[in-house]
Amino acid sequence: MAGAPLRKHEERPGRFDARRLRHEFPIFETNPGLVFLDSGASAQKPRSVIDGLAEFYRNDYANVHRGVYALSGRSTDLFEEAREKTRAFLNAPDGREIVFVRGATEAINLVAQSWGPAHLEAGDEIVISDLEHHSNIVPWQMLRDRLGLKLLVAPTDETGELDLARFEALLSPRTRLVAVTHVSNVTGALLPIERIVKLAHAVGAKVLIDGCQAVPRMPVDVRALGCDFYLFSGHKAYGPTGTGVLWGRYELLAAMPPWQTGGGMITSVEYAKTEFQDPPHRFEAGTPDIAGAVGLGIALDFIEGLGREAIFQHEEALTGYAVDRLSPIPGVRLVAGGQRRLSVLSFNVDGVHPHDVGTVLDRHNVAVRVGHHCAQPLMEKLDLAGTVRASLGVYNDESDIDRLAEAVEACREMFR
Amino acid sequence: MSDELRELYQDIILDHGRHPRNFHPLEHATHLARGHNPLCGDRVTVYLAVEGDRIADVSFEGRGCAISTAAASLMTEVLKGKSIEDAKKLFAQYHARVTGGTAEELPEPLQEDSERLEPLTGVKAYPARVKCATLPWHAFEAALKSGLAGDTVKTE
Repeated sequence: MAGAPLRKHEERPGRFDARRLRHEFPIFETNPGLVFLDSGASAQKPRSVIDGLAEFYRNDYANVHRGVYALSGRSTDLFEEAREKTRAFLNAPDGREIVFVRGATEAINLVAQSWGPAHLEAGDEIVISDLEHHSNIVPWQMLRDRLGLKLLVAPTDETGELDLARFEALLSPRTRLVAVTHVSNVTGALLPIERIVKLAHAVGAKVLIDGCQAVPRMPVDVRALGCDFYLFSGHKAYGPTGTGVLWGRYELLAAMPPWQTGGGMITSVEYAKTEFQDPPHRFEAGTPDIAGAVGLGIALDFIEGLGREAIFQHEEALTGYAVDRLSPIPGVRLVAGGQRRLSVLSFNVDGVHPHDVGTVLDRHNVAVRVGHHCAQPLMEKLDLAGTVRASLGVYNDESDIDRLAEAVEACREMFR
Repeated sequence: MSDELRELYQDIILDHGRHPRNFHPLEHATHLARGHNPLCGDRVTVYLAVEGDRIADVSFEGRGCAISTAAASLMTEVLKGKSIEDAKKLFAQYHARVTGGTAEELPEPLQEDSERLEPLTGVKAYPARVKCATLPWHAFEAALKSGLAGDTVKTE
């Protein structure tokens, strides 16, 4: 996108109106003047989600799948309705493929600890990319050490694009799993998932996609993508914290042993032996985050209400605007994000440590993330102590980017 | 520039952040330790040359933000020539001041050093940045304990 002319995306009637949308988010009422550019870490919550949680607790709350009384039935219906909403949201074939978890981290650990040992043996290989979040590195590293696997890392090139040729070269009949992010949480690079899936499937490997950054801002269709596991965190998708989703092909989930065990995931327990439920309940031991799932369902409704294609267009255009606005500032270096960059922009200011930039920006009421963004190996590769990261949400518009750019200029002025 | 920010980034901080003093390894070091803040990636190595109960020389190297670099630089300036006992007193008082705790009055000869460190106390209004100002001092304290073994102290 760099080099393209400065875009002001024109206000068309019926077009995405981020400024008006901001009124849907109470945080901007209680924090006037806040420029929130850290949605990549966690998104703010719309009124519908905040109120929906309270309404659920007030009117319909009881434990699920347990009681014979009407209230428990209602609570169960709402909980399962959230599962159905999630299925439809991902265009998954079957609601039983939607497992509610605490977040993307738990989803990946679930696959690593349940699917991993059941399907992998010493010498098998897992391929990740060098854009991965720690949560898509460490669980595989632990599994590697436990089972004697190899963990291979597919590199991005100097433009920030995943090097598909080198990725392909890493694949072999020993490759059992490819685990990659859909959109990078550091560079915003959008990975060519369909190509990755084709190449991986050609050697018989399964594919797991970390959809944390993609789900809140673009259409995601697991059937079209062709992957085997897809997961995301609810809190980055305008939903409550402590929620997340693992989607897996039913036949894969059905062949996976239980992970955490206890109540709610069994059909019968004797001291000698226990029979386990089918997916998804097999993987949801204990009382789940019932209200969280209901809130997540409301958040997905919110996203659908705006239209994911519309959000995608809005955020992609705004990302382009941010690139155009920041790159001419002397001393600002953007981290390359490949040919298609979505909603995440990392940069450094020459001679100024990211933490100092973050503090100056904060005093200008511009909230960004600074540091390594849970991607230390990528920082190492880029030879950076850290970066400043601005990430977008549906409530951001060009005025926010202008404020960011002004604050960055002020920062340069101060540390000149 | 907002006055509030200038409270934190006073000229002396910006100056020491840009041009740190005593910024080199120490060949004749008797003690050293590393400080690491995993949260921001800041790293500092503090070197001491202790003679008897006196810090004859002190230096540091590493990479960090303006605050941690200036804190380390000013620290080396005030520690040079101090007795270990006085150095510890200075740290205790400095720590209290940057964390917003109750700072004890220091004996007359140390008050000037204490004033040298005054510009760093602006961090107390920035809870996320307090560790930046204390990291080199924690490394100094660790160096006293570890000698040349070179312990690493972590703050986050």
